[in-house]
Amino acid sequence: MLARTADNLFWLARQMERADFTARMIEATLRLEYLPRSGVEDPAIEWEGTLNAVGAYDAYIEGREHIDEASAIDFLTFDRGNPSSICNCLENARANGRAVRTALTVETWTAINDAWLELKRFEAKRRPGKDLDREALTRFLDYVKKASLDFDGSCYRTMLRNDAYWFNRLGVFVERADNTARLLDVKYHLLLPSNEAVGGSLDYFQWVAILRAVSAATAYHWVYRDRVKPWLIADLLILKPAMPRSLIACYVGIDSSLDSLAREDGRSGLAQRKARTTLAALERAGMDDIFQSGLHEFITDFIEDNARLADTISEQYLFV
Amino acid sequence: MAAGGAFDEMGIGAGEARPVYRHIARWLEETPADILASRRAQAEYMFRRIGITFGVYGDKDAAERLIPFDIVPRVISRAEWSFLEKGLVQRVTALNLFLKDVYGPRAVLKEKIVPDELILRNPCYRPEMIGRRPPHDLWVLIAGIDIVRVGEREFYVLEDNARTPSGVSYMLENREVTMRLMPDLFARHRVAPVDDYPDQLLACLRSATPRPGAEATIVLLTPGAFNSAYYEHSFLADKLGIELVEGRDLFVDQDVVYMRTTLGPKRVDVIYRRVDDEFLDPLAFSPESMLGVPGLLGAYLAGNVTLANAIGTGVADDKAIYSYVPDLVRFYLGEEPILQNVPTYRCREPDALKFVLERLDQLVVKEVNGSGGYGMLVGPHATVAQRELFAGKLKADPANYIAQPTLALSTCPASFESGVSPRHVDLRPFVLTGADGIRIVPGGLTRVALTQGSLVVNSSQGGGTKDTWVVDDEPGGES
Repeated sequence: MLARTADNLFWLARQMERADFTARMIEATLRLEYLPRSGVEDPAIEWEGTLNAVGAYDAYIEGREHIDEASAIDFLTFDRGNPSSICNCLENARANGRAVRTALTVETWTAINDAWLELKRFEAKRRPGKDLDREALTRFLDYVKKASLDFDGSCYRTMLRNDAYWFNRLGVFVERADNTARLLDVKYHLLLPSNEAVGGSLDYFQWVAILRAVSAATAYHWVYRDRVKPWLIADLLILKPAMPRSLIACYVGIDSSLDSLAREDGRSGLAQRKARTTLAALERAGMDDIFQSGLHEFITDFIEDNARLADTISEQYLFV
Repeated sequence: MAAGGAFDEMGIGAGEARPVYRHIARWLEETPADILASRRAQAEYMFRRIGITFGVYGDKDAAERLIPFDIVPRVISRAEWSFLEKGLVQRVTALNLFLKDVYGPRAVLKEKIVPDELILRNPCYRPEMIGRRPPHDLWVLIAGIDIVRVGEREFYVLEDNARTPSGVSYMLENREVTMRLMPDLFARHRVAPVDDYPDQLLACLRSATPRPGAEATIVLLTPGAFNSAYYEHSFLADKLGIELVEGRDLFVDQDVVYMRTTLGPKRVDVIYRRVDDEFLDPLAFSPESMLGVPGLLGAYLAGNVTLANAIGTGVADDKAIYSYVPDLVRFYLGEEPILQNVPTYRCREPDALKFVLERLDQLVVKEVNGSGGYGMLVGPHATVAQRELFAGKLKADPANYIAQPTLALSTCPASFESGVSPRHVDLRPFVLTGADGIRIVPGGLTRVALTQGSLVVNSSQGGGTKDTWVVDDEPGGES
């Protein structure tokens, strides 16, 4: 396959995944805001965390004095000046898809193109300089989540299991691992065991918000059959292979996608070795060790490792 | 009523429908307006969803515009098609022989069939190709020959496209959409299929490989996603199952072309290029071109790669050369041309220039190198000021122009909100020439001038397209 095609497929999947995560983060933050005022410290702090979690804080704060809900939402959704705003993600995803039309099935292309056409309709309806009202925003966020479901589903259902598919999967899992890790990075202080509070903690809503951001609020109860406890949230999002957005599940996906590529190509390289090392470390780890040696350090290291793996994939498969 | 006395292919205004159109005529008559409207809406929806778009130069807002599709099929009888087909084979054969000759022995110049300067000073004549022979002597592998009809038995070639003709994806998609939207109407006819075009094209390209015997690697070279015909490039690459590459995906090493893959360099044998000559190789042609592949010309001249079409074919589809094509058919094949040219005045000839200047209000004037309907004057529809502007251009550079009478192009019924109404059409069949012979898929792309009375069918000028049916003549009787 053309190296440029592999690159485009990888990024196409990352953009779609990122749009979905950003939409979920906005929803979760809004829910926190709906709580009685005493429930959240300061809305600006919540939005700062959200901007950080989607890696948009630096871009946001450049040229702005303070953080408020309306401008944070606008920045994350429709702002063309934010390289990872939802509209830029969908726009870039389609540009990447268009550049590799031949590597996509009709269904996958249609999912991307439909998402883009719908984006154009949302943009057209938006009065210039005005924000979406809450109802329209809810519809918009639902549409974004559905768009990435359609994309993911069409890939899964229709693509040949060949290199195009594996590069697509790699994009999904590398981005997803990054997103979950960033969310943990922003919220880690809430998840430390010292935060254990007896019933009715105000942090409870924060914990649930974290679960919602990765669509795990229901899954949590199925896995633990227990009330929401912060260290179990960390366990779920880091070490539970059954949880699709956990770091370990992402690395199971990365590892097997890279293996499939290696089998198809008849050669294996640094990317395969790095992925296997990370996966093995996650498999060996227990939450106690992670807390003991520092949750924050663990997550920061993971984010860096994950980024290095993305670079290694690029180098090995000649994207660069 | 037929537009301006033009020949209507269905027979609108002639009392009764021509036999090949009788099912269509009945269908148009019997189908309620709201059903037709919903078919039009469905068709538009389908095209938009598939993402079939066409960029228009000079129109920033419409970076991706849909080419309008008219749902009423255009019908050509098998007998009419057989006649056209013979003519097309003859014409394209002559064009290939002409190219072999002008870059080789130049017999056509020595015999004074075509004036020297028309070739040697032609901006599309590529000195790099002098004395060169592309693999299998194939110059024009893919030709699009534009044909217009003016009467029951009168067809003219309007233009030869021997560089990178486009539109074939619309031919294929139009058929898909028609079959899905109007299955009943379709079933009442015996329509010759067109969906084997990609296979035919692949076979044609494969036959042209410079390394017969070895498995040929074929790629489609596109200028990129911002090119107006990008949709078609990706569509064809997909149907052919070949890589869609940009210049940066290819490189040349020791006069061999490779593409960059995830597994390292892979040798390329045949390039179906949709990039113009002057952008192919920045080392040889436009140095500022970002679209090309440095060293490609060297690899080509070394005989290590086939380009489809060859470099330098533009000299054969120039509008000034066009007027000599019937002579070329006689010269190379010793046959009378089956397909006629539109009478053409070569403004480079002083008498013709005088004649043209006196009749600017009746003639169509075209730049010899123009395409896409740009840089032309349709005399009868132009304002006095536009005609004066063109007269100035003609006097300043007469050799750059030809003129033709305004033809009453045939019309076909088209469906609009306001009802069914005739519109002018032309036809672009695609002629594939391989080392193993010539292939033509029956029919081609029908382009239609959707503005009432307009004669300009180019998609860049608001033209649309229709599905084109070559139907077997039924031995009488209703089905």
